[in-house]
Amino acid sequence: MEIQEKEQPIDNAAYLNMDLLRFTTAGSVDDGKSTLIGRLLYDTKSIFEDQMEAIEEASTKKGKGYVDLSLLTDGLRAEREQGITIDVAYRYFATPKRKFIIADTPGHIQYTRNMVTGASTANLAIILVDARHGVIEQTCRHSFIASLLQIKHLVVCVNKMDLVSFSEEVFQKIKTDFENFSATLNIPDIQYIPISALLGDNVVEHSANTPWYKGASLLYTLENVHIANDRNHEDARFPVQYVIRPQTEDFHDYRGYAGTVESGIFKPGDDIVALPSGFKSKIKTIDFNGKHLDIVHPPKSVTFTIEDNIDISRGDMIVKENNQPQVSQDVELMVCWLSDKKLTLNGKYAIKHTTREARCVIKEIKYKVNINTLEEIKDNFEIGLNDIARIVIRTTTPLFFDSYSKNRATGSLIIVDEGTNVTVGAGMII
Amino acid sequence: MVSESKHNLTHLDQLESEAIFIMREVAAQFEKPVLLFSGGKDSICLVKLAQKAFWPAKIPFPLMHIDTGHNFPEAIEYRDWLVKEVGANLIVRYVQDSIDKGTATEEKGPNPSRNTLQTVTLLESIEEFKFDACFGGARRDEEKARAKERFFSHRDEFGQWDPKNQRPELWNLFNGKKQKGENFRVFPISNWTEMDVWQYIYKENIPLPTIYFTHRRDVVFRDNMWLANSPHITLMKGEEIQNKIVRFRTVGDMTCTGAVESTASTLEDIIQEVASARVTERGSRADDRRSEAAMEDRKKQGYF
Repeated sequence: MEIQEKEQPIDNAAYLNMDLLRFTTAGSVDDGKSTLIGRLLYDTKSIFEDQMEAIEEASTKKGKGYVDLSLLTDGLRAEREQGITIDVAYRYFATPKRKFIIADTPGHIQYTRNMVTGASTANLAIILVDARHGVIEQTCRHSFIASLLQIKHLVVCVNKMDLVSFSEEVFQKIKTDFENFSATLNIPDIQYIPISALLGDNVVEHSANTPWYKGASLLYTLENVHIANDRNHEDARFPVQYVIRPQTEDFHDYRGYAGTVESGIFKPGDDIVALPSGFKSKIKTIDFNGKHLDIVHPPKSVTFTIEDNIDISRGDMIVKENNQPQVSQDVELMVCWLSDKKLTLNGKYAIKHTTREARCVIKEIKYKVNINTLEEIKDNFEIGLNDIARIVIRTTTPLFFDSYSKNRATGSLIIVDEGTNVTVGAGMII
Repeated sequence: MVSESKHNLTHLDQLESEAIFIMREVAAQFEKPVLLFSGGKDSICLVKLAQKAFWPAKIPFPLMHIDTGHNFPEAIEYRDWLVKEVGANLIVRYVQDSIDKGTATEEKGPNPSRNTLQTVTLLESIEEFKFDACFGGARRDEEKARAKERFFSHRDEFGQWDPKNQRPELWNLFNGKKQKGENFRVFPISNWTEMDVWQYIYKENIPLPTIYFTHRRDVVFRDNMWLANSPHITLMKGEEIQNKIVRFRTVGDMTCTGAVESTASTLEDIIQEVASARVTERGSRADDRRSEAAMEDRKKQGYF
């Protein structure tokens, strides 16, 4: 395989104007996921000569007759030795249109928690299906997780088309099977692409081997999928992260509330309410690096100053008077359990929700989900690693939240074991 | 109505906001954070981001430089200028002191690297000041082992990283809870690529140490790269000093940072050069070349 020269000089103005797409990839072992990512990196010229030399050498050492692109993404030594991926790895590439962040998550049954992690920040998920095997249990599992995490765009890549003679029939059958299965999932945009990651068919260019396929190539799809409206621009939410008080001569009385606009839009002069106090005021200025902004969109990190001198601290939330989140100590959620140590009913845990920390008690386990069939299991409430369940918690202090389906940022929380400090649960508020 | 295109921040604005969010999160969750400053472009970006995160207040944590004694003088000069410029507190700790104390042992050979020794001095300094969070400028695109690093990377009381036992990191909910004696390494620019860093420096017009730009220098060709001539390097048989027009893509120790032949004298030139580069920036670092798993091994022991 020849190294490709990057000939085109870069256009700075265009680079500074690109947007960002985060996606995750899921597939079962040997579906060719690492090869696909290697292919995307290679074809977008994101691979350097020294990296290429290293994998050429490694391919030869392993006695492979070709350059194994999957070796590009095998990070840790244990993985290289076993030839598997054991943790979420992040990869980067850019085309003139977009910059991409890939959360590369392993497909093994025991690593559901990694897919949940990767999916939590993703705009889009690629689900790989081996053309020879069709829709299998893990395909369903991965798609369910993608829908649970509210990923709006799914691209089902039917891979290894070269091994089924690029058969339209095979592709259509898989597409139909997937459509039947996914009808119960809440994913608004699903696309299907027949590919060969190994040979590159329909990855970057439309392939001559699939004249019957009229859709776009994978890269074109990734470059053009419309994500601008996926973010919640309606419900203005500003969790206060940090209070800035310079107490210098120039800024003697300055008191700024630093945070990230998680959703909605804020402007100076907006009528706001600070939660939990309920005190009302107006935004005076929206400050960023010495400038006053006249409007701010998510997910921009800024600092607010407000008209009145009211008490606001970390963990509080600034919202608009006419659009407020739910406030409650009783919260119902879907939880993905991330730890070997099982969830304890009536057990106490620490939680982190937006910038707010609290403690909680697990009041009720409503059901556990069979993530292969999506059935509700109501006769076994043992929630262990990789299990997904619907639970009810009561918190020591009220949370200000929206349902996860409306707002990822104010609808998500993590559960932390108070003994070990390890993150043991990922919660999505219903 | 605001037009739709305005709704979405550019990728660099998003990365900047993410980094600022992380820095504020650390300032809020930890008692004694510190920013590990190397003099390289990545840690220079961190300083810029910290300024923005806390404006109009000063950066609420000190900068710490672990000085190997093998630094480029230009990097030290820049460091001292920068801390004055931003009004930050600077702590410097020396690898030489660890060697003198006997806690670190100098390597033998024609270009002894103090790269691994930095870890000793760093861990000693963390203990000395009881730092509980150390910001680093590492990026996931730099190297294989770093691709799996978390934003908040937990270290046990020995400063060790256990790649198989990392805390899951979901949404933007960062769990900085820890036991006594444990600490975190925090990497706000994890998601940036080398090009993102350069574009940010360009967009923000951030001054850099002069060695990033083209200059004449005495160099010696070793291990397939040009190493700067310095008092820390011993010429081997057959090697000779040559005077070349070069620049450096990374700022590390003089003993292990390779120069590239380049006439790039402006940020625009550098960006074009980076865009057409065929070797990763760490490809010019002898410390990473020692073995395929070199970085993973160093990280486990508590390296940056």
